[in-house]
Amino acid sequence: MAGLFTLTPLEIESLKLSLLVSVWAVAGSLPFGILCAWVLARLRFPGKTLFDGIVHLPLVLPPVVVGYLLLLTLGRRGPLGEWLYDWFGVTVAFTWKGAALASATIAFPLMVRSIRLSLEGVDRGLEQAARTLGRGPVATFFTVTLPLVAPGILTGAILSFARSLSEFGATITFVSNIPGETRTLPLAIYTLTQEPGGTDPALRLCLIAVAVALITLLAAEVLSRRAQARLTG
Amino acid sequence: MLDIHLKRRQGDFLVDVAIAAGPGVTALYGPSGSGKTSVISMVAGLSRPDDGRILLDGRALFDKARNIDLPPEKRRLGYVFQEGRLFPHLSVRGNLLFGHKKVPPAERKVTLEDVVEVLGIAPLLDRHPARLSGGEKQRVAIGRALLAHPRLMLMDEPLSALDPSRKAEVLPFIGGLSRQFNVPILYVSHAMDEVLRLADTLVLLQGGRVVAGGPVEDLLSRPDLCAHTGRAEAGSVIVATVAGHDGERGLTRLDFAGGPLVIGWMDLAVGARVRVRIHARDVAIALDPPTRTSMRNAIPAIIRSISPGEGHVVDVVLDCGGAPLWAQITAHSQALLGLAPGQSVHALLKAVTVTGGDVTDRINQNSAL
Repeated sequence: MAGLFTLTPLEIESLKLSLLVSVWAVAGSLPFGILCAWVLARLRFPGKTLFDGIVHLPLVLPPVVVGYLLLLTLGRRGPLGEWLYDWFGVTVAFTWKGAALASATIAFPLMVRSIRLSLEGVDRGLEQAARTLGRGPVATFFTVTLPLVAPGILTGAILSFARSLSEFGATITFVSNIPGETRTLPLAIYTLTQEPGGTDPALRLCLIAVAVALITLLAAEVLSRRAQARLTG
Repeated sequence: MLDIHLKRRQGDFLVDVAIAAGPGVTALYGPSGSGKTSVISMVAGLSRPDDGRILLDGRALFDKARNIDLPPEKRRLGYVFQEGRLFPHLSVRGNLLFGHKKVPPAERKVTLEDVVEVLGIAPLLDRHPARLSGGEKQRVAIGRALLAHPRLMLMDEPLSALDPSRKAEVLPFIGGLSRQFNVPILYVSHAMDEVLRLADTLVLLQGGRVVAGGPVEDLLSRPDLCAHTGRAEAGSVIVATVAGHDGERGLTRLDFAGGPLVIGWMDLAVGARVRVRIHARDVAIALDPPTRTSMRNAIPAIIRSISPGEGHVVDVVLDCGGAPLWAQITAHSQALLGLAPGQSVHALLKAVTVTGGDVTDRINQNSAL
């Protein structure tokens, strides 16, 4: 039995895996999140409502459903999964990459919402000013728009990170519960609660989960205050 | 040289203007909703005309017929917005250099140091826009536009968001810009004092159309335009040179096309060119030069035109050696003296009627006056 403040190898393994999966989930989905938010905030096109709905679907669907749909499309026999394997030799099903993908999918709407909100708050006049000062639309986006929505992107990334840490349903459905590969913190807790004598170790993992979540939220608060301070001098 | 012919329909409102602007400051003047901002927004490329063309020094920025429509970033204009629009995430320095960095060194006309010095913003360089006062923000915005090395500056009521003291702080800076940096300015305003202070050329806009355009002095001295230039302030504007002061008697002597003009003492540098607004209701007309009178000015003049004004008032435009002088007298006086166009008369003006607000130092003197 480990001491109160030393972690067991199992705890370290699941914590590290959880962080790895969540970091990759956020990093991998962020560019798409910004793109989606921009499309939703700035463009008008037929079918936009439907597009909006699809982006938000993971927020309202049971995660198990999302996980199962991922399995159907990206599993080794799924159309996309087969293509990925044939062309790139990549398999996401039953790997930590799949876990990251599942987390990213579930957390995506939260990220997009927050960035979109921030984008809608950007004064278009500042973008016009940048254009009159010789910057094209792309340069304007990177030099003016993006820095102005930085607080929103930060909030979106952190929300998405927190949601990824807590992801369970889609992960277990899509990539199963493989020790050392896909058994993240929530899955490890679940596994322990299914075993005799697992109550105490499960409680320890719960406390770890609480600690990580708290640290994330505090970091988010500090960072977003700093980002805001940069904009308001 | 800016030459524009534009048409644009915005809902029920039609902007249809033809404007030619030379060097110096050209003011677009008119009430809210007269289309001033629409015009410069189209010149800047921020909105697209339905038809027409915009030529700057012979180069087309927009030409419907030739299918040319340069995007704003290719037009090389400096736009100073009403609300400044400084980038909040950049320091003052970052804002100033935003456009500057994109201009090849060979095409740069001014340096950061010059602009910073002229606008007096050296102490602000490392601050962020959120920490600037309204007047400071507008000075930085002007500097930022200048440092984009524009072929033409567009200013959209840059002072309207400022209180009078801030306005007085920024106004002198704008006055000298056109000459100092050799860049023409298209200046949108609905404040006559700004126009008097800054503009060489005036374009009157009303309901999306140009009512009249020409040198400021000519347009403001025309009674037929006073519905557009302001009936309450009806009066002519003359350009004069400060000839000297008589401190003992509390008088300042000016010289203008019609001869000497004596006004109450005013703190003006001798030799300075000033614009003097002479209110039409303060000008009286005499057939002979009066002898024993308190009126300090009796200027020989020829009646150019007489037209009925409001009520029992008639507007008489006098020609004083080429400078127009506008007098408002009663129809009764006109009949009594038998005044008619072509007649030689004397324009009478009390020295005290010209007050500080009527005299503006013309900082910007590059016009063809």
